[in-house]
Amino acid sequence: MRVWKYGDDVNTDMLFPGKYTYTCSTPEEIMPHLLEDLDPSFAKEARAGDVILAGTNFGCGSSREQPTVGLKSLGVKAVVAKSFARIFYRSAINQGLILIECPEAIDAYKPGDTVDVDPEAGKITVGGREFRFPKLPPEIIAIRDAGGLLAYVRKELETKRAQERGTP
Amino acid sequence: MKETFAQKVLGAKSGLGRVEPGQIVTVRPDHLLMHDNAAPIVSKVNADLDKYGLNSREAPVIVLDHVIPAASEKTATSHKKIREFVRKFGVKNFFDTGEGICHEILVARGLAVPGSLIVGSDSHTCTYGAVGAFATGIDRTEAAAILLTGKTWLKVPQSLKIVLKGKLRPPASAKDLVLTIIGAIGADGANYLSVEFHGDIASLSMEERLTVANMGVEMGAKNAVFPVDKETERYLADARAPKGWKAVRADEDAEYLKTIEYDLAKIVPVIAKPHSVDNVAPASEVKDVKIDEFLLGTCTNGRLGDLRVAAKILKGKKVAEGARLIVLPASRQVMLEASKDGTIATLVEAGAMVLPPGCGPCLGAHQGVLAPGEKCLSTANRNFKGRMGCAEAEIYLASPATVAASAIAGRIVEPSFS
Repeated sequence: MRVWKYGDDVNTDMLFPGKYTYTCSTPEEIMPHLLEDLDPSFAKEARAGDVILAGTNFGCGSSREQPTVGLKSLGVKAVVAKSFARIFYRSAINQGLILIECPEAIDAYKPGDTVDVDPEAGKITVGGREFRFPKLPPEIIAIRDAGGLLAYVRKELETKRAQERGTP
Repeated sequence: MKETFAQKVLGAKSGLGRVEPGQIVTVRPDHLLMHDNAAPIVSKVNADLDKYGLNSREAPVIVLDHVIPAASEKTATSHKKIREFVRKFGVKNFFDTGEGICHEILVARGLAVPGSLIVGSDSHTCTYGAVGAFATGIDRTEAAAILLTGKTWLKVPQSLKIVLKGKLRPPASAKDLVLTIIGAIGADGANYLSVEFHGDIASLSMEERLTVANMGVEMGAKNAVFPVDKETERYLADARAPKGWKAVRADEDAEYLKTIEYDLAKIVPVIAKPHSVDNVAPASEVKDVKIDEFLLGTCTNGRLGDLRVAAKILKGKKVAEGARLIVLPASRQVMLEASKDGTIATLVEAGAMVLPPGCGPCLGAHQGVLAPGEKCLSTANRNFKGRMGCAEAEIYLASPATVAASAIAGRIVEPSFS
């Protein structure tokens, strides 16, 4: 497990350059360009289970979803930041990517520290120090646990259809 | 009582009546905006659409604007797929390539009305707050889900009140105002918040309000809204918006997270320097920055008034040698009117290249892409590293007047109308 540490205002162009937004849509097309203009080593070396740490306003800018789709497909365990931009935060829920807002954990991190994230318990451990973060509202957890928004919606539509068929 | 604009709209749209900040509500948006990204959006749910059908033919609005005319076989195929989807499901509000930028079309064609709820798979959806709508950006996946269900969830935001006092003094403009605000509160200064503009807004034209609301997302806002007044009514009548809308106004005693005031008379021309929109300084202090490309237009500043201000400054002058000026009108209608009144002729005489009404260079997808080491002064809304297609280029943001004056000088200068 590797920790990738970045600063404040990591915007959507840094996470996925705008020039590719109308030519790359699938995870396979997206992943080679993740964080291309911020840290070219990320796309080459990041692996499933890695954690991203960042400052304030992570994901600000465009509504493009290639960053959340790409990070989720890559298997990033969580993005921990001091704060997130709202469209990015929403998009992460829709993709089932775990985001954790925990400024204390970011301040505590020193290069070389191990980071362990337990979203269910609302707990993050940085270099042996433990931090707590509030759990998501149940409505949001339901979407994430269904495997993302489309899976959630399909389940809902299927249930509705079954009910309609069940009642003559 | 004690309700903000966001509480009132989301209370009404959720059918719950009274809602409180922090509450999660299920809402049925009046419109769902998509653009060229309708192709990947629809492809996510092709099979589901065949199975469950399209939830509404009226709610989706599709405007082809991001890569127009198509730049490659791939983008042309995307456009083709979107047209096929529109025909197959009878989508009512479709605007093909050449009609204009989605954020201009949605308001200019009367699709956004006061009190309506609009979500869009584009971050600058917040623009429609200028006409009193609650408008906010979502991602592609959520747009795909709404095609199937017609509904989504929103968290009722807390609100930030920005009170405007007095009048702008040209050449200071609405763009300078909003850049000044972002410079002061930061790129996340309104994160998660509903931003309400209040005070002496009567002196701001609808075009100016659209410029300000457009950049709400650059301060992190969920939505940015102006109160409805005579100017709104005039604009909506011109746009042939369906009648029957009701203005939604925050209560006088509504509770705000914060209230800030701006004296419009004190606003001066400013520049947002690379690589963040909150890196703002007075234009008079940003000296000796030689510019290679000037961009006038986009969904932020591509309206008739913007082009006219630039033409007034560029009339009889030439774009500096070695520099290039690109003009990107917000819509076909703007282009037509600017052609008829001589604005386009003035700009072309000065040396401008006029592009079709779309997004083109602003997001670096095609047209006007920058080379490494180049600098651009643009009236667009973002100056992120790599935004215009090259990570080793620099983007500065300013008003149409500043861009026009600087285009003559070939470097950043403060505009003057003397």
